[in-house]
Amino acid sequence: MSPTEEILRDAESARWELGPRFQDEVAARVSEEASHLASRHMHRKGDGSRLRWQRGLDRILTSRITGIPAMASIFAIVLWLTIEGSNVPSAMLAELLVDWMHPWLKAHALALGMWPWLAGLLIDGMYLSGAWVISVMLPPMAIFFPLFTLLEDFGYLPRVAFNLDRLFQKAGAHGKQALTMTMGLGCNAAGVVATRIIDSPRERLIAILTNNFSLCNGRWPTQILMATVFLGAVAPPALAGVVAAGSVFCVAVLGFLFAFGSSWLLSRTVLKGESSTFSLELPPYRPPNLLRTLHTSLVDRTIIVLWRAVVFAVPAGAVIWLSANVSVSGHSVAWWAIGALDPLAWVMGLTGVILFAYVIAIPANEIVVPTILMLTVLVSGTPVADAPGVGVMFEADDSTLHTMLLSAGWTTLTAVCLMLFSLLHNPCSTTLYTIQKETGDWRWTTLSAALPLALGFLVCTAVAFVWRHFAG
Amino acid sequence: MSNCAPTTCETCPSPHAELRRLGSKSDRWDHTVALAGNPNVGKSTVFNLLTGLRQHTGNWPGKTVSRAEGAFDLDKRRYKIVDLPGTYSLLGTTPDEEVAREFLLFGKPDVTLVVADATCLERNFILLLQILQITPRVVLCINLLDEARAHGIDIDTRGLSRELGIPVVGTAARRGEGLAELLSALRDVATGAFVCARQAPEFVPATLRDAVGKLSQKLGATYPTMENPSWIALRLLEGDPRIIAALKNGEFRSTP
Repeated sequence: MSPTEEILRDAESARWELGPRFQDEVAARVSEEASHLASRHMHRKGDGSRLRWQRGLDRILTSRITGIPAMASIFAIVLWLTIEGSNVPSAMLAELLVDWMHPWLKAHALALGMWPWLAGLLIDGMYLSGAWVISVMLPPMAIFFPLFTLLEDFGYLPRVAFNLDRLFQKAGAHGKQALTMTMGLGCNAAGVVATRIIDSPRERLIAILTNNFSLCNGRWPTQILMATVFLGAVAPPALAGVVAAGSVFCVAVLGFLFAFGSSWLLSRTVLKGESSTFSLELPPYRPPNLLRTLHTSLVDRTIIVLWRAVVFAVPAGAVIWLSANVSVSGHSVAWWAIGALDPLAWVMGLTGVILFAYVIAIPANEIVVPTILMLTVLVSGTPVADAPGVGVMFEADDSTLHTMLLSAGWTTLTAVCLMLFSLLHNPCSTTLYTIQKETGDWRWTTLSAALPLALGFLVCTAVAFVWRHFAG
Repeated sequence: MSNCAPTTCETCPSPHAELRRLGSKSDRWDHTVALAGNPNVGKSTVFNLLTGLRQHTGNWPGKTVSRAEGAFDLDKRRYKIVDLPGTYSLLGTTPDEEVAREFLLFGKPDVTLVVADATCLERNFILLLQILQITPRVVLCINLLDEARAHGIDIDTRGLSRELGIPVVGTAARRGEGLAELLSALRDVATGAFVCARQAPEFVPATLRDAVGKLSQKLGATYPTMENPSWIALRLLEGDPRIIAALKNGEFRSTP
C-alpha cells in the first residue's frame, strides 16, 4: 500500500470514529479569533456622522413605501437629462457629418471620376449610415452612461435590487435579476453576460431570456424620435419635452412589467422551481470619483458600444442601398419586400416599411430609424425638399419628418405601435450570439427571440384593434 | 562637515519599488500573486492600480464574475496577478468559493494579497485567517482607509503586522494612497526578503488534535513540499472530495 493510500485509509477510519460534523466548531473558532484580532487593533473614535446620514438615506431609498417611487423618479430624471441634453449636440453632429460632410464627399468622389454606383454604395449607403448612427447615438450615450456609472459607483444599484427583490421573488425569479436588467438598459449583451452573478441555473436562464425587455441603448433613438415627433407634438409646446420623456419612461417601465410577467410565466412552465434566497450586502454609499467615472464610462462603455454600432451599421447601409437600387421585374427588392409585409404590418398597426426595416436591422437596433426613413422616401415617392437620391439616409428636422411620415400614411397609432414593437421584438444578433454562448443551447436562444416577438405581435395587434375600434 | 555617517535611508538600495504596469500581458512571469478578499472591498480597484487595466469596478458585491489576470513589472521582475472572485469564506460550495479555493491550493501563488475593508475588519478577518491556514505567504492590504477615517475608525497596522507575522499595508486604492508601501511588501514577500512567520493559532478542536496531528505528520513525511499539512488533514477528516482526489492524482507531489 502506497503512503497516500495509507493516509486516505487512516483519514477514513478516523472520520468514522469522530462521527458528527466538527467543521462548525472550527468555523466558530476562526470567527472568534477574527473578532479578537479586530478588536485588539481597531479603535473607534465616536460615532461617525457619515454612518448616520447613510442610515437616513437608506431609510428613504429602501423603504417599502418610498423606495420604489424614489427609484422611479431617479430613473425618470436620468432619462429626461439624456433626452433634453442630447438634442443640441445631436443636431450639431448631424449638421457636420450629414449635411456638410456627405455632399462634400459625394461631390469630390464624383469629381475624381468614381463610378456613380460605387459612390452611391460607399457614400450614400455605407458612409451615411455610419454617420447617422454616430450623430444619433453618441450624445445620448455620452450622457446616459456616465450618469448610470455615477449611480453605480455611489452604491445605488444594490438598493434597486433590494427594492425589486420581492417582485422578482413573486415572479419566481432571482432578486439579482434587477441588477442584470439595469445593466441591460445600457446593452442587452452586457446584461446577459452579467447574469453570471446568479448561481441557480434555472433563475439564471430566466434572467437571460427576459433581459431583452430592458430597453437597451440602441432602441432609445427610436423611442425618443417617435416620442418627440408624434407624442410631444400633440402636447402644448412648453410640455413637449416632459411628455416625450414621460412616454419613453412609460415604455421602459412597461418593459420591466413584461420582464416580471414573462419571468412568472417561465417559472411556471418550462423553468419550474422555487426562487432561491440569497443575501445581498448593501454596500456603504461612497462618493464616486468623478474623473474616473467619466473616463470609464466614456472610454470603456460609450466608445465600445458606439464602435459596435458603427461596425454593424456600415454593411447594413450597403444592404439598404442595394435593396433600394437593385431591381427585379421592374421594381426594387425593397418594394417587393415591403409589399409582402404590408398586410401583416397593418394588423399590427405598423407599416410594411417598419417590418422590413426590422429585418434589415437585426444586426443592430440603432439603425432601425435611419432604415425606416430611407425606405419611406423610396416607397412614398414624395421626398421632402432637397432630399438626396434614392437609398440615401438623411437626417431631417422634426417638423419635416412629421410631415413626411404623415404623408406616408403614418398616424399616432403607428408611432405608438412602433414604440411598443421596438420594446417587444427579437434581441439584436450580438445579444443572440451572447445568449447562445452563455446557455450553449440553441433552443434557449430560439426561445429568447420567439418570446418577445410573439408578445410584440400580440400587444401591437391588440393596441391597433382597440385603437381603431374607438378612434375610428 | 561632510564626514557624517550616511543615514540608513540614504544607503537603502530602493525604498520604493519601481512599478511598470503591463496590462494583460501575462505570458511570462517570475512570480504569481493571487488577489483575494471579501466582495466589494476594492479588489478590482487594487488590481487596476497594479496592472493599469481598467477592469470595471462598481460599488456592488459580485461585480467580478470571472477570474481576471493581469501583469506588472516590479524592479525588473515580472508578476502575474490573478483577481479572484470575492468570497466571505473558502469552505463553501458556491462556484466563486470553489474558484478561489482551487487557485489558492493548486495555483501555487508566490504571494496572496488579501484585501480587507477597513470599516468591517472583523468579517474580513475570517477569510484572512482561512487563507493563512492554507498559505503563510500573505500580504494584508487594509483598503478603504479613507472611508474608515470618515467613520472615525483607527487601525493599528503595525500591531496587526507584528501579531500576524505578515506585512500589513493600509491603502485607499481609489486615490492611489499606500501604493508604494504595498509594492514593497509584495516584492519583499515574493523575493523572500520578508519571511512570513505566522504563528498559527490552534483552530483544531481538542477532540481532533490527535487525529489531525498523526495525519499531518504522515502527510508531511510523504509530501515534503506541502505547506499546509494540518489544514489538509482537517479537510481529509471532513471528507472533502476535492482534496481526496488531489491526493490520489498526486497534485500535491509537484514541487513548486
